[in-house]
Amino acid sequence: MSPPFSWIRPDPHGIHVGPADCWIDPSKAVDKALVTHGHADHARGGHGQTVATPETLAIMKLRYNTADGATPVGYGETIRLPGGVDATYIPAGHVLGSAQILLEHAGEKVIVTGDYKRRADPTCPPFVVTPCDILITEATFGLPVFEHPPIADEMAKLLSALQSNPDRCVLVGAYALGKAQRVIAELRAAGHKDIIYLHGAMEKMCRLYEDFGIDLGPLALVADQVKDDMRGSIVICPPSALNDRWSRRLLDPITAMASGWMMVRQRARQRNVELPLVISDHADWNELTRTIEEVNPQETWITHGREEALLRWCQLTQRRARALSMVGYEDEDD
Amino acid sequence: MEEFAALIDRLVYTGSRNAKLALIADYLRSTPDPDRGWALAALTDGLDFSAVKSGTIRTMMKDRVDPILWTLSRDFVGDTAECASLLWPEPLGHRDAAPGVAEAVSLLFDMKRTTVQAELPRLMDRLDSSGRYALLKMATGAMRIGVSARLGKVAFAQAFNVSVDDVEEYWHGLTPPYAELFAWAEGGEAPDTENMPLFRPFMLAHPLEETVVDMADYAAEWKWDGIRVQLVHAGIGVEAETRVYSRSGDDISATFPEMVEALSIPAVLDGELLVRGTHQGGEANERTQGGAASFNALQQRLGRKTVSKKMLSESPAFVRLYDALMIEGEDLRGLPWTERRARLEAFLPRLPADRFDISNIIAAGDFESLAEIRESTRDDAIEGLMLKRRDSPYVAGRRTGLWYKWKRDPLLIDCVLMYAQRGSGKRSSFFSDYTFGCWDGDPDEGAELLPVGKAYSGFTDAELKQIDRHVRQNTVNRFGPVRETEKILVFEVAFDSVHESKRHKSGLAMRFPRIHRIRWDKPAHEADRINTLKGLIRD
Repeated sequence: MSPPFSWIRPDPHGIHVGPADCWIDPSKAVDKALVTHGHADHARGGHGQTVATPETLAIMKLRYNTADGATPVGYGETIRLPGGVDATYIPAGHVLGSAQILLEHAGEKVIVTGDYKRRADPTCPPFVVTPCDILITEATFGLPVFEHPPIADEMAKLLSALQSNPDRCVLVGAYALGKAQRVIAELRAAGHKDIIYLHGAMEKMCRLYEDFGIDLGPLALVADQVKDDMRGSIVICPPSALNDRWSRRLLDPITAMASGWMMVRQRARQRNVELPLVISDHADWNELTRTIEEVNPQETWITHGREEALLRWCQLTQRRARALSMVGYEDEDD
Repeated sequence: MEEFAALIDRLVYTGSRNAKLALIADYLRSTPDPDRGWALAALTDGLDFSAVKSGTIRTMMKDRVDPILWTLSRDFVGDTAECASLLWPEPLGHRDAAPGVAEAVSLLFDMKRTTVQAELPRLMDRLDSSGRYALLKMATGAMRIGVSARLGKVAFAQAFNVSVDDVEEYWHGLTPPYAELFAWAEGGEAPDTENMPLFRPFMLAHPLEETVVDMADYAAEWKWDGIRVQLVHAGIGVEAETRVYSRSGDDISATFPEMVEALSIPAVLDGELLVRGTHQGGEANERTQGGAASFNALQQRLGRKTVSKKMLSESPAFVRLYDALMIEGEDLRGLPWTERRARLEAFLPRLPADRFDISNIIAAGDFESLAEIRESTRDDAIEGLMLKRRDSPYVAGRRTGLWYKWKRDPLLIDCVLMYAQRGSGKRSSFFSDYTFGCWDGDPDEGAELLPVGKAYSGFTDAELKQIDRHVRQNTVNRFGPVRETEKILVFEVAFDSVHESKRHKSGLAMRFPRIHRIRWDKPAHEADRINTLKGLIRD
């Protein structure tokens, strides 16, 4: 008999599942990939076969124009892989279609969380705590300084800035997949019914969300407007466009950014952000540690982020843990 | 404290100077005494609490957070006060009411090294995260939120529609929380500042540019390359005090104690502070043992709160006097320059010769001969010429036609653009900050570019757009906000002087570099070499 868990092996380019010869979120093209969600650092084109939720597959088709070998698996569904490996897709609460992948082999259970959060999000089902032997978790915001405030507080800040500046617009930098749609959906939930203007790079992804039944209310493209029409409105663009030439077409915008990094003042200053909105699609410190406590695995592996601090916490709470040195996973803009 | 904390947060996130001024002015108008005065002192770095230092915060936090988690967090956040404000464990249950600024200041003043670890946490427990940040920033005396002392005074003047010159004049005679200053600004009596060593706003000069002046109306003197200072001695008996003020009105007495000792007659004097060094340069003056060292030597002494004996003996300071604003209680500012100059010359023998000399008047019969004198001067302690209208009174700020500065022509060198960074404020979407380099050998034989300087100015808005486009189209690498570009664009860079510097890889530091011309036509391999730049060092 082979040693416990020798069938799963972390590699700098992804997690390799030996008996099935497949990879989870590989950063290079492989024959067979299991993909947790559609962000570019986890999903990429060129695989022979891609196993993911239908939402993630649709996102990948849109973003990376890749649909070869697409194999959909719904939430709660299990797919039997070669070599006696079962893979079950479980909601991760990160973005539309995001999943944790539960792998079972020879009576051993391993969960790869992908990116996740534990807060409510109107655009995707919530994270489901699932018992396992090894939890392979992210740690993007794995420092105790990160304690994301309730999103309602941040929406109130945004709406109050809008109200007190009727002659300006508020330009919100938000990651084009996930964050932008969540901010829009949360604005709708907070009662904001006006047209929200979009940077061109946002449009198709918003339509895709709507196709999956997420109501984003009235949207319009900035490119189709004259400056004056956008006074007193919210405009959403990718973070990279905040300080770019593109934003010069707006009338004296208040620069906002929706990101977990906005917790740190200098991060906001570096991006010339006047209105930092601490909104993250990742688990904050308390969510990370709570998740490890609730899942209570024999061992925790940490894929990417501030892994040293989370390792230290595991050490302090007497949990077995190790950091995997994965390349290419990091959402600088989240 | 909540309003003050909100102000600090908004200032952190505000780039534009005008917006900062408006925020501070609003706060000063809407906040009662004495809170606003303490807040103003905090913003202008006017507070110092002896028991609370950065180390105090670290010690306090290590009792509450695992030391390894603290260090990892501190390194990531990059600011001890901010990190502590985020990591502070929220007190369980009821939180006591937040203190006002004045109450917080008074509690901080009362803390001793032996009690601070018990008392500071109690204060922290009464505040939310923003409040804790503001408290710790205020307590450690380093706000670093882009508000200078000057900006605070301008905001004060703007808040109450008073003259910033008056604010400057009264400021240094008063202490926080500046109740008399607020009372005066809101229509009360002017503060009683007689016999106080006050700063008087400097008279400044316009660049001469294309103007030609008649030497019958103007006197010429050298513009020395040191720092402009004002020396003030005031008060009677034990109350007597001497202060040295920088151009911005900052009290730099502690940095130059030898100058504080050197003036003991009531006076307000305007001059250039220079140091003597081993590299003697500058015009030897009949009163002094030698000339002035270059600005590079002076730079070693700037920005220090205490000075070692070694520095005092190796690089002693002296002041080359330009003007006298007051002598023995008499205000000379209304007199014409010729009269003030005569008074200054008569006063000079009463000052210690090793600490004071006078900036000589240049004998030039007409403008052409003055221009020749200027051309022939390459002395490193000289920045250029000053032209002063002989009948000019001493007035604050820049007045057209009274004083001109005529800097010597800059040095020029051809450099290659290497890196570009986005600017701030209205330039925030443009790549407007450029790092450029010179070749470390023959570029045709594989020499490399070494960065020699950075410039942010000297180009028009139209040129900025062109360079911005060039940077975008020729990016080869990205490091956060910085773009590395193809090494193909040549800048003709103008600068005042160049010095050896251990801080830079090229071993050189340029003084006041700016883009003189953009040489779209010039191939990069024809740009200058490091050795050419080294040849321009004069100290």
